[in-house]
Amino acid sequence: MSVSLVLLVVMAVLYACGIYLLLERSMTRVLLGFLLVGNATNLLIIIMAGRAGVAPIVSDGVTPEEMSDPLPQALILTAIVITFGVSAFLMALIYRSWRLAKVDSLQDDEADVAMRGGAVALEGEGSERADDDTEFGTRAQAAVSTARNLEEADERAAAEITTSHDDAPGADNTTDNTGGAHR
Amino acid sequence: MNALVPLVVIIPLLGAAAALTLGRRPRAQRVVTVAALGAVLAVGAVMLYVVDTAGPLVMEVGGWAAPFGIVLVVDRLAALMVVVSALVLLAVLIFSVGQGLADGDDETPVSIYYPTYLILATGVFNAFIAGDLFNLYVGFEILLVASYVLITLGGTEARIRAGTTYIVVSLVSSMLFLAAIAMIYGAVGTVNIAQISLRMAEIPVDVQIVLHIMLLVAFGIKAAVFPLSFWLPDSYPTAPAPVTAVFAGLLTKVGVYAIIRTETIIFPGPELNPALLVLALLTMVVGALGAVAQADIKRLLSFTLVSHIGYMILGVALGTVAGTAAATFYVVHHIIVQTTLFLGAGLIERVGGSTSITRLGGLLKASPLIALLFFVPALNLGGIPPFSGFIGKLALFEASAEQGTWLAWVLIGAGALVSLLTLYALMRVWNMAFWRPAADVEGYESTLLDNVTEAPGGHTMTATRRVPKLMIGATAGMVIASVALTVFAGPLFGLSTRAGENLEGPGMYVQTVYPGVVDE
Repeated sequence: MSVSLVLLVVMAVLYACGIYLLLERSMTRVLLGFLLVGNATNLLIIIMAGRAGVAPIVSDGVTPEEMSDPLPQALILTAIVITFGVSAFLMALIYRSWRLAKVDSLQDDEADVAMRGGAVALEGEGSERADDDTEFGTRAQAAVSTARNLEEADERAAAEITTSHDDAPGADNTTDNTGGAHR
Repeated sequence: MNALVPLVVIIPLLGAAAALTLGRRPRAQRVVTVAALGAVLAVGAVMLYVVDTAGPLVMEVGGWAAPFGIVLVVDRLAALMVVVSALVLLAVLIFSVGQGLADGDDETPVSIYYPTYLILATGVFNAFIAGDLFNLYVGFEILLVASYVLITLGGTEARIRAGTTYIVVSLVSSMLFLAAIAMIYGAVGTVNIAQISLRMAEIPVDVQIVLHIMLLVAFGIKAAVFPLSFWLPDSYPTAPAPVTAVFAGLLTKVGVYAIIRTETIIFPGPELNPALLVLALLTMVVGALGAVAQADIKRLLSFTLVSHIGYMILGVALGTVAGTAAATFYVVHHIIVQTTLFLGAGLIERVGGSTSITRLGGLLKASPLIALLFFVPALNLGGIPPFSGFIGKLALFEASAEQGTWLAWVLIGAGALVSLLTLYALMRVWNMAFWRPAADVEGYESTLLDNVTEAPGGHTMTATRRVPKLMIGATAGMVIASVALTVFAGPLFGLSTRAGENLEGPGMYVQTVYPGVVDE
């Protein structure tokens, strides 16, 4: 079976980028990753069809050896349609998630957080620092403390307009620790 | 009789179309949905009888002969799965009709619930009768896309969050499956399962193992085999009770079914069996330990679901007729019992307003019938003697003992231990939710669990409510079916054994698709 090197390299790059994006926590990137991986898989199927050839229509002077394999093309067509439908669903899901939670990233399961919180509580008071990197602290509800709270951002922007511009500009960049608690 | 085969896909598909057009008339929609699944159940029962007495059915779609056209194959295993799935789908449907009527959600967007449910059924049945790897993929995609809609039904924040995990994990598994199909096509030049089986023997063993592992990973995610089971307890519990019940009963078992087919027909060799045995062991133990730690009934049941997938993988991994037969019996038993338990959890949620065992209490006094409907399948799942769970586990242990390796004996020990742990977890639910006097619960507040449960229709944490007769009736029907598994365990186990014998090596299956023909 002969394989086109260009297709192979493109497929590998698509897979690499797609898997990298799939591992992100941001849902939009996951969608992009899914699209890349889906196309990489379609390329894989077409690579498996072997060498390209003439259209597989029986006519005079064309031997089966010269034809390209039609079955993978049919498989790809099905796969493309499925990827298309699922992408549309994912986009609707992301939009809905954005409308409800005002975050694009995937949040942790509350029961998991509760269980982890319970385990931390047993260890004692001093252990709060230990799970700082998980961004949860002691409040189970603040799933993502870096989540941008739009209402508060709006209020802050309104407040900035009314007050003078001499305020310290760094206020916007600091992480809002209380923001995630209210939705 | 071969014409019966495509009906199990066509009927629910047409039913879904009809139900969708009847979106404004919920009553007609319900009638169509129940009728479609009832018809599939009847067709499935006839097929099971025919297949068991007269041999497998093969349908060449469009009249194209086997390697070129798509074939639909129904052997004993497929027919048995179709019948059990149709039964479970019908029972859960009736349960959800009862719940929907009681909640009065005619106005909410649940007009898509029934069509989606039928599409899910279409996908499940299509996966069972597919004689072609790509058709199996399409079957999986149909059921997965329907399950995406069902798991995010209503679009609340918790469901969207849980659904996202489920959807992304399923997408990855589908892509792996598709890539595996592409590679198998590259290796053997066909997607027909029987032909793959014939030609795979000529492929070098190392290539075979790579293809084998790719398929197993793809199916392992769907079947929730450890370590690919992480997504399940996270995503199932937030869905509405009937949806969780049907997912728990069926979707993972479609994965197990695909693993059985892979292990017996496509890659009948024993290369990966020890690895699968170790995975079965880990799945059982980790799932059971997870179940013991949970305080929410639906999450607890999700973990027992993962744990019991391990038993089925054990049966498949033994690679013997006895093992496959025991796994088949166990699949049937587990589909029915696990669904019943989730329906029971739905009833508890209904009557107690919560599924957290720290908040429930005194349900035995409040509704003795529901207590009975939960207690019987709980004992069954735990493997208490007269019930089918005991028979299934005994058959699995016998098959393991027959093999006699030290790993098989370790698995027998672990299986017994996990059975006890399951019983412990379920009896904890019983003690807390049913047996404990309601007075003991008063004043107990766990802020951590405030957001874990969500009653359908948004009536969270209300006092004891009347439970619709239809919900009780559907659950009672399932409990009766699970008890019937015990009463008729002899004939059913005979059928499972014959199904297992069908799957002793790929010969029978290949012979069915290519009568009297050897490849090339």
